[in-house]
Amino acid sequence: MTKRIFEITFEVVTFLLMLAALYAIFIYAPIEKTMGIVQKIFYLHVPAAFLAFFAFFITFLASIVYLYKKDQKWDVIAYCSAEIGVLFCTIVLITGPIWAKPVWNVWWTWDPRLTTTLILWFIYLAYLMLRGVVRENQRANLSAVFGIIGFANVPITFFAIRLWRTIHPVIITSEGINISKPMKYTLLLTFCAFFLFFLSLLKNRIKLERLKIKTEKVRAVYEEIFSS
Amino acid sequence: MIFFRKLWAIVWKDLLSELRTKEMILSMCLFSFLVLIIFSFALGAEVMNLKTIVPGILWVVFIFSGLMGLGRAFGAERDRGTLPGLLLCPLSPWGIYLAKMVGTFIFTAIMEIFTLSIFIILFNLNLLPFLLPLGLIFFLGTLGFSAIGTLFSAMSAATKSRDTILSILVFPITVPMLIAAVKATETILAGKTVTEVYSPLKILIAFDLIYLLIAYLTFTFIIEE
Repeated sequence: MTKRIFEITFEVVTFLLMLAALYAIFIYAPIEKTMGIVQKIFYLHVPAAFLAFFAFFITFLASIVYLYKKDQKWDVIAYCSAEIGVLFCTIVLITGPIWAKPVWNVWWTWDPRLTTTLILWFIYLAYLMLRGVVRENQRANLSAVFGIIGFANVPITFFAIRLWRTIHPVIITSEGINISKPMKYTLLLTFCAFFLFFLSLLKNRIKLERLKIKTEKVRAVYEEIFSS
Repeated sequence: MIFFRKLWAIVWKDLLSELRTKEMILSMCLFSFLVLIIFSFALGAEVMNLKTIVPGILWVVFIFSGLMGLGRAFGAERDRGTLPGLLLCPLSPWGIYLAKMVGTFIFTAIMEIFTLSIFIILFNLNLLPFLLPLGLIFFLGTLGFSAIGTLFSAMSAATKSRDTILSILVFPITVPMLIAAVKATETILAGKTVTEVYSPLKILIAFDLIYLLIAYLTFTFIIEE
């Protein structure tokens, strides 16, 4: 019972924070001087990018733990996290060009960060496709291995593309965040809201996947009884 | 020592069975020849500044034709039903992987040498003065390609739509190798010395080592049913 109450409170808090984030983005945060209104996409873009990488990192960790422990629980976590990661990565890849067109005057440029994100998106789409076509008895193993390979590819891709020059704005440096105070608070708020949103998506997706596995098992037993 | 003798036995088996049919190596070479022809038609008769596009063409041909050979590495074993026999070899999974990788490397290298000779004739390019540094780059690039390719070949052999999934898996992962290899080839062809390609070479070496290490750690899970 307490678990149920906790779950409901969590969802409500996530919802309220998302509303607050929307208010902060569109009303509280000032309009940027040179870029204008289009700069507001930044509050969506940055948290989504962070969460996409975070989700793929969870897939990477869960894949390692799965190969070590061979518990299906971890395979489910890796799969669900990869799926949500692809979702956030898609958001990043859509919002990026919308911002870049008026500011850089191009939709796309082959900068290390952009290219790495795109490649990462391809890799985890491949991960999801692999899960779809592989034989059931090997699905968890193969996708875990690919989850590890895919994430190991990120740093090498980044350094390889660095052989060219970068123009992506560097907002967060080692000295702190390089923007005005209200913008900083808005970003912080959207970060928290998106993070809770991510957790809630992940939690529900895992729940759904577990139910799916359970129904499959029930159906298998049912068919066995029915056929005999 | 015994490890290497066992390893060589598997490599030799692959070479021998390929030598009997010549099915794969011929199709790889023919395919790369055709892609080169397509490229020369697509680029037109007179290409300005050939040396800047040569590395790109070469590596695209290598990867496309190499992909044909990759699928066969484990796909053929599964088709013939010899995969369980191979896995029963008194050799660790890592040894089996390494043997298959050496086989893939040899086939890809033969195809590359063939492609290069055709390329020199068709595009009238003198590669001889750059042979040594280019050889090093091609060696490292092909090693990395075979390392991940063999791993994915074993993976895709367990799927329903083998070749499609193989290319979807291989292409995004080879991106860093491709960038570094093309960059290095370009620099060498521009007449610069080997010291100027250190950074791409470092990436190529890191790529090879990382994927060989991952294969060492995970190959046993791929063949496990």
